[in-house]
Amino acid sequence: MDLIADHISHRFGALEVLDKVSFTVRAGEVVAIVGPSGCGKSTLLQVLGGLLQPSQGQAELRGAPPAGSLNPLTFVFQDFALLPWCTVEQNVEFPLVHTALGTSERRAVIDDALRRTGLTDFRSAYPKQLSGGMRQRVGIARALAVRPAILLMDEPLSALDSQTRELLMEDFVGLLADGSMGAAYVTHNLEEAVRLADRIVVLSRRPGRIREVVSIPMTRAERGDINAREKLLAIQNDLWSLIREEAIGAEREVQHA
Amino acid sequence: MLDRAPRETQDEATRPVAFRGGGFTPSAGRTSGWIALILVIALWQLAGSAGWVNALFLPPPSAIVVAIYKLALSGALWQHLSWSIMRIGSGWILGTIAGVIVGFGVGLSTLARGVGITFISALFPIPKIALLPLLILWLGIGEEPKIATIALGVFFSTAISVYSGVDAVPRNLIRMAQSFNVPFHSIVRRVIWPGALPSILAGFRITASVALLLVVSAEMIGAQYGIGAFVLQAGNLMQTDQLLAGVVILSVFGLVVGKGINLLETRLLHWR
Repeated sequence: MDLIADHISHRFGALEVLDKVSFTVRAGEVVAIVGPSGCGKSTLLQVLGGLLQPSQGQAELRGAPPAGSLNPLTFVFQDFALLPWCTVEQNVEFPLVHTALGTSERRAVIDDALRRTGLTDFRSAYPKQLSGGMRQRVGIARALAVRPAILLMDEPLSALDSQTRELLMEDFVGLLADGSMGAAYVTHNLEEAVRLADRIVVLSRRPGRIREVVSIPMTRAERGDINAREKLLAIQNDLWSLIREEAIGAEREVQHA
Repeated sequence: MLDRAPRETQDEATRPVAFRGGGFTPSAGRTSGWIALILVIALWQLAGSAGWVNALFLPPPSAIVVAIYKLALSGALWQHLSWSIMRIGSGWILGTIAGVIVGFGVGLSTLARGVGITFISALFPIPKIALLPLLILWLGIGEEPKIATIALGVFFSTAISVYSGVDAVPRNLIRMAQSFNVPFHSIVRRVIWPGALPSILAGFRITASVALLLVVSAEMIGAQYGIGAFVLQAGNLMQTDQLLAGVVILSVFGLVVGKGINLLETRLLHWR
């Protein structure tokens, strides 16, 4: 199933945030969306996920969702968005309760999601008892439980320390390895974008327009190779040179505001 | 070598860094409150027994205990208390049900918010006891106006705490639920209700006090039985031991309700 951004524009009152953004996340493809602060990355993701009605344009789906998918477009949130009154298991179960899954089937789905994210031993814990990384794992397990076609990830690692970020990045690489899920991955972090994405959409400063779409010319498996690092670093530097001036401008704008 | 200070500083005299991070973390001692209470009661008893204060104006604690004992033996304590509990219970339940419904309406519906907040803002500041004469005119002399007064007092505080609680539910949790296509009623039941519960329970604490205040006021204005009526009668007859017995019973009643709400919070908000 493909997710298409079709000439999406959005404004909050007089503030123009996005301007005619168009691109496609193909089935199994990971597309990172990068750009300076305030360029509308998160707004774009909300539009893509149906949580925000754009002023113009639309988000479209093409093709059938994978068999058994309960929620083809599934978010992984920056702040985890876990229900604090629910245990890990109940949080993972939350999106399944209103579905047609029977009790035993639901249990199997939860067990599988917890196993894939290494949370089996923490199923009875409450979010407040978990570290930031473990909380995000719960968010990922909850997303996996509904068997999404495309994950919509809004800076899922930005609230975490660097070591946890590294560990979760490895998890993402593993989860997306078989190409059964695609992803739109919003991030500030160019290293994350280069490591995970098949293509990187670079947005301009507000109003966000597509400046460039950069393809990463190697598979994610190849990127782990020591020899690939130099090439990835070069791509990362190219991306930074695209964004740098605008990032400085955006930062001054924020400080001025 | 990195962990060693340069030689010249090693030779200089050292002094510890002064601690300056203390205070601003008060915690209630487990025994200090009880010790203070016992001391005050002991001092009060001593003042009464030694004749430092006139027992007519401030009877000693022992006299109050005796008065409560006699009231309990005669059955009058239960008679007055049961009327008060019936009025508080009925008024509180009615006001709470209405307040929760209206509070959720105001918290969830644009139309209800527009209309509801206007009325709540206009009517909330009115002292509800001032409405008792009007309610007597409308509902007649009997239990109804007293219960209605309590219900009105409870209703406004409950409605405000409920819609404040609904407003305080993090929007990201609601958006998360929507992103999984969770139906509206399920979002209300599984996200908004538990998210608003801390504020609702805090509201219960306030409405319990409001109900107690209003029942005493209403019973003082027009009732034969009830703790408020009993306190007023005792005051009129200068039976200050009985008057204070009534006050102590009210205090104990308030404490019991407060403990009940604490218990409810512990059970329902254990995740905090």
